[in-house]
Amino acid sequence: MHAITLRVNGRDHDLVVEARRTLADMLRHDLGYTGTHLGCEHGICGACTVILNDAPVRACLVFGVQADGAEVRTVEGLARGEQLSDLQQSFTDHHALQCGFCTPGFLMLAEAYLAESQPAALTEEKARELVAANLCRCTGYQGIVEAVLATARARGDAKDNPS
Amino acid sequence: MSVIGARLPRKEDPRLLRGRGRFGDDISAPGQLWARIVRSPSAHGQLRGLDVTEAANAPGIAAVVTAGDLPPGLVIPVRLAVGSADLSPYLQPVLAADMVRYVGEPLAVVVGDDPYACEDAAELVDIDIADLPAVIDAVSAGDNENGDNENGDNENGDNENGDNENTAAELTLGYGDTDAAFASARHVVSIELAIGRHTGVPLEPRCLLAVPGPENPDTGELDIFGMTKVPVFNRDLLAGMLGIDEALIHVHAIDAGGGFGIRGEFYPEDFLIPWLATRLGRPVKWAEDRAEHLVAANHSRQQHHRIAAAFDDDGRITGLRDDIVHDNGAYCRTHGVAVAELTVAMLPGPYRIPAYRGRVRVVLTNKTPCGTYRAPGRFEGTSAREHLLDVAATRLGIDPIQLRERNLLTKDDMPHHRHITTLGTDLVLDTGDYPALLAAAVKEAERLGYRDLARPQSRGFGLAMFVEKSGLGPQETADVTVTKSGAVHVFSGGTSVGQGIETVLAQIAADALGVDPGVVRVVAGDTAAQPFGAGSWASRSTVVGGTAVHHAATAVRERAVQLAARMLEAAEEDLEVRDGSIGVRGDPNARVTLAAVARAAEPAGGYLAEGEPAGLSARRRFEVARMTYPYGVHAAVVEVDAGTGRVRVLRYLVAYEIGRAINPMLVEGQLIGGVAQGIGGALFEEFSYDDAGQPQAVTFIEYRMPTAAEIPPVDVLLAQDAPSPGNPLGVMGAGEGGVNAVGAAVANAVRDALGLAGGIGRLPLTPARVRALVGAAEGAA
Repeated sequence: MHAITLRVNGRDHDLVVEARRTLADMLRHDLGYTGTHLGCEHGICGACTVILNDAPVRACLVFGVQADGAEVRTVEGLARGEQLSDLQQSFTDHHALQCGFCTPGFLMLAEAYLAESQPAALTEEKARELVAANLCRCTGYQGIVEAVLATARARGDAKDNPS
Repeated sequence: MSVIGARLPRKEDPRLLRGRGRFGDDISAPGQLWARIVRSPSAHGQLRGLDVTEAANAPGIAAVVTAGDLPPGLVIPVRLAVGSADLSPYLQPVLAADMVRYVGEPLAVVVGDDPYACEDAAELVDIDIADLPAVIDAVSAGDNENGDNENGDNENGDNENGDNENTAAELTLGYGDTDAAFASARHVVSIELAIGRHTGVPLEPRCLLAVPGPENPDTGELDIFGMTKVPVFNRDLLAGMLGIDEALIHVHAIDAGGGFGIRGEFYPEDFLIPWLATRLGRPVKWAEDRAEHLVAANHSRQQHHRIAAAFDDDGRITGLRDDIVHDNGAYCRTHGVAVAELTVAMLPGPYRIPAYRGRVRVVLTNKTPCGTYRAPGRFEGTSAREHLLDVAATRLGIDPIQLRERNLLTKDDMPHHRHITTLGTDLVLDTGDYPALLAAAVKEAERLGYRDLARPQSRGFGLAMFVEKSGLGPQETADVTVTKSGAVHVFSGGTSVGQGIETVLAQIAADALGVDPGVVRVVAGDTAAQPFGAGSWASRSTVVGGTAVHHAATAVRERAVQLAARMLEAAEEDLEVRDGSIGVRGDPNARVTLAAVARAAEPAGGYLAEGEPAGLSARRRFEVARMTYPYGVHAAVVEVDAGTGRVRVLRYLVAYEIGRAINPMLVEGQLIGGVAQGIGGALFEEFSYDDAGQPQAVTFIEYRMPTAAEIPPVDVLLAQDAPSPGNPLGVMGAGEGGVNAVGAAVANAVRDALGLAGGIGRLPLTPARVRALVGAAEGAA
């Protein structure tokens, strides 16, 4: 068993975990962040994607102990109180979710990408390539691609024309 | 403007976007144990022994149970019984006792404090199986057994090995004299087409939590989280198996990470987990992993068609016949032989066919058992029929679209009695103008440049037409209640499987009650809140469930008007309902809110007449004897790389008649999502097995679901020109029209790209199969 410390969505947590416990299980079952979902537990579907020290990772392929001292962002950290983030709002505007199980993974994947890239430069082809990292079984991806593109454009515009 | 037809944002979205959805594994109970299923590693064999001693003694393990611990004789019964076939010899035991018949069959359950420890202990169960040869190919198994025997006189049941014979049932549907039609035909065209084994694969694996109530030791009461689709049916079935009253089981409504037909059927686990909770007196949770899901949850689709059509001089169909082998896997589960029946019942599609005979043999193999997957029987049958029509068009020298036009039923044929029954209902195509939708789809494809896009030699254009079914009865029940704040609560028997049922039912209730949809809250699939629900499947929720809500909300509106008339001392006929209030027409001061009416309907509200029940609520039932039949056209442009065999779908069009769209955004979402699943089945997804019956697709590396890189932009032409005559809203189902004809359209487009004279032979069109087709075409040239 290992004593670790990590910060999730700005909140510090101390806990003791088995070496083999995945970050996903730790977030879900030890810390209560059940918005991170497990769709395959072998790194393909991406439903468990979280942001670990600014990079998107599959939380099913990371051990909890590897997050010792790290900063983690999960889907629960996107909204500001009642206010959905621009990306979340764009997902509902573009009907980018149906059952919603894969949605947290797509949100964290796109959020990590948009935060570190030039959002205005995102093309549809590039957005499709980005979205192709994860699996969705309901939407056929069209709404997800459109939602990510629209958010990228809005953020690009905001950068060009700061209010 | 009516809220019906509005593209409102979904009520489900905010909680799901915040990560606050409640999926199966998000819910836990104090003192909960975890279960791990031990599954057969062998496809076929005699189970000689299961030694659980070491597993039971492992740290943290509370119990290990095998078939001998269960009440004797438990099997998973058929939910959807069709025809007269006795399937009792082919039903799956809850745990295998003496024979195993597929890899993944449940053998034992390990229960303990921690899921990791349970998984460790499950590995310690010592399984002794004497392997027998595995039956993998249903076609040779079916043919060897009964050859061309068409009298349906199979010898089913147990042979001397105690094992099943291969053919579980044979069904033939049809009408007219097909033999005469084929004997006198000017042209007869036939193809063989195999449909690959694939299934729904929702992103959330199955999960079940059973919590014994405080009186459980005396009464058996249980709370269940994770059942969906048909929660009332499952509750009743479980109550019968446990020997308790059904009202002691409360199935809670929670989110489900996709349904697609497979989730929510009653599986062995749906007995095991609640039974263990009662037996151990503690909550028990089972969260399936993906490798398990791919061998344990229902497979679907795998069929082999030998289909032929007879034509006269003018290219008019005079007869159609199909001989189908349906590979059902190792057992008949809850769907019995319904998928096989639906295949032959729906096979004639939108065409005028004077004589038809569809025969299907349900053959058992040593693979995971099958059930329904979105558009069951139609994806398969549409693929066969529409591919046959394209091959026939080449053979007859007629343009494929013209060949279809020539044979479509027209508006004047409606309603058209097929003289076939399916799922216990008469198949009557109720409404529509099939040629008009085909013309509109062709025009739209032209407008969008599909033909030009398909012109280069490596590319092809394919089109397919189909009839869907929706709105299966026999009934749905809804309760609508207005509470004192003016909120409207809808308790539906449908379930939320990601389709947006809460949004759609809220729009229907809001429309009937004259309120903002924002004040409507929908609870779908809670058995305590709605004990008479029939569930969400068969594209029935908007049609049957929505109409029940419409009736219940309308009844509440009438009751509210009655009470408002007393409150305002006005005549009911002088009142109008709008914006959440009821008032005297033309008098802005004489008006009461729905909230005030709800308060007036309280026991001490002061407006109830002698003997009237308190509360502003109504329960209504919508009964329907027949289904309603939407229809559509799919068109695809593909590019085929002859060197690698890779097929890319470049553009895809769905034209679909919906009758009336409650929320067009959600209908489009259903259609586009269905196309993506269809492309998966047409090009990528397949459960293959080796000769020993070992499954070859047990991770998402081998079971290849399409990503955004494989799915093209999908164009949707949503028609609302043929309101359903079978319900007051005029609606038809949206759930399955997106996937129905994808196999057909993609097969036709690839055939066009390769310039084949015959058919493509087999779906999915994997690179290896496409290369083989390229080789065969070059060899023939």
